[in-house]
Amino acid sequence: MEDKSKDIIVCRCEEVTMGEVREWIAKGYDTFDELKRLLRVGMGPCQGRGCREIIMREIARGTGRPMASVDPGTFRPPVKPVKLGVLAKGGDN
Amino acid sequence: MTWKTTAEAVVIGGGINGASVAYNLAKLGMKDVVVVEKNTVCSGSTGRCGAGIRAQWGTEMNCRFGLACVEKFEQLSDELGMDVGLNQSGYLMVAYQDHEYEQLQKNVALQNSLGYMTKIVSREEAKEICPGVAVDDAVGFTFNQRDGHADPFLTTFAYQEAGKRMGVTFHKHTEVTGVKVHNGKAAGVVTTRGEIDAPIVINAAGPYSQFVAKMAGVDIPNYSERHEIIITEPVEPGVCPPMLMSFSGNYYLQQRPHGSIIGGCSPEGHPADYTLGATWDFLEHMSRVFTKLLPRAKGIRVVRQWSGLYNMTPDRQPIICETDNVKGFFLSCGYSGHGFMFGPVTGEALAQHIVLGKSDIPIDMLHYRRFAEGKLLIEPAVV
Repeated sequence: MEDKSKDIIVCRCEEVTMGEVREWIAKGYDTFDELKRLLRVGMGPCQGRGCREIIMREIARGTGRPMASVDPGTFRPPVKPVKLGVLAKGGDN
Repeated sequence: MTWKTTAEAVVIGGGINGASVAYNLAKLGMKDVVVVEKNTVCSGSTGRCGAGIRAQWGTEMNCRFGLACVEKFEQLSDELGMDVGLNQSGYLMVAYQDHEYEQLQKNVALQNSLGYMTKIVSREEAKEICPGVAVDDAVGFTFNQRDGHADPFLTTFAYQEAGKRMGVTFHKHTEVTGVKVHNGKAAGVVTTRGEIDAPIVINAAGPYSQFVAKMAGVDIPNYSERHEIIITEPVEPGVCPPMLMSFSGNYYLQQRPHGSIIGGCSPEGHPADYTLGATWDFLEHMSRVFTKLLPRAKGIRVVRQWSGLYNMTPDRQPIICETDNVKGFFLSCGYSGHGFMFGPVTGEALAQHIVLGKSDIPIDMLHYRRFAEGKLLIEPAVV
């Protein structure tokens, strides 16, 4: 039977499929940050909240390493998207 | 990846310049080139950069380099067999001071004399190039449509993939802890994973180049500065079509083909402590600069901020040469914020210099002995 999981959208912000993630893990891009830089997973408005764990699981599966040893990659500020106009007004906090 | 203890050449650093020189060495026939990267390929300065590509420079050498780079990027996706995300949306240079505008006009004359047809444009034309831009306080503008930007990740990975197809080995998570020198000649590297013997060692370690040079007993005057940057959520194209750049305004802003807008500036105080933090001060300052220039962007959200290190030299021009005291030890560093745009050309030039003894584009003037001799190559057009 054909494996339909390859067409599943893993990163909804950037519309990246499971097939693409698995293809590049197999080519050696087996850290979250490499996949992020290559495919933009985790770079959209949700900043990886939707895809990070799924991708880490795929890295564990693809490299045969335990999930606990997979680096989740870098988390960058801001914690949630903030409007430029709000930031430009500044504040004392 | 299996570990081989010998190589024809070892490249230290998996940024654009390391990946480019490794690929070009293989292209020129070297069978056994190894790149060692302490983190992962494109995780350092290249992956953190503003991604711009321009030939709007103020010195003849940089105009020639810039033009060669624009021409190189125009065919790079074909050469490497992978899309590098080139977007030739032009650079719109904005001058706020009369002397700055005079310099820009001189730069345009120089660029035109070298075949790069940058134009001086009016305020009205500037507003057509970048609709909605608020520049009533500016005094002059120059524009060249062939400038633009490319994707630093895709470009570096394209070099990595093309290099791998030609036999280049990339070792990530492999930090160089020593450079081996025997009788005044490079003999290899010591790394956290083992040693590799090689008669040619190339230091393309970006912000850490001065430390790697020191491992071979070579002193260079490089230092590193932290620069910060923000990126917004993707929005419709046309919010900021060209790269907006100003030296006195101290900013650059550009919209990726994908819709996100990137903005950065040169930091006050130029922190040089090798940390890669992101500050609230910068976020607030850059948001002010951004919304003053593009008032209609107030409702666009910032999704991410980060920082990267510029590897600086005293004249803000790179060092590309073989070292005087260690034969076979080459430097490709000190790009001072322009390593990404120059990398495809400088990597090729250095590879030609190593294999053929000469390069298509001259690099002799980029030897570090220029600092001792007082022959600095001061570039006026930098942010």
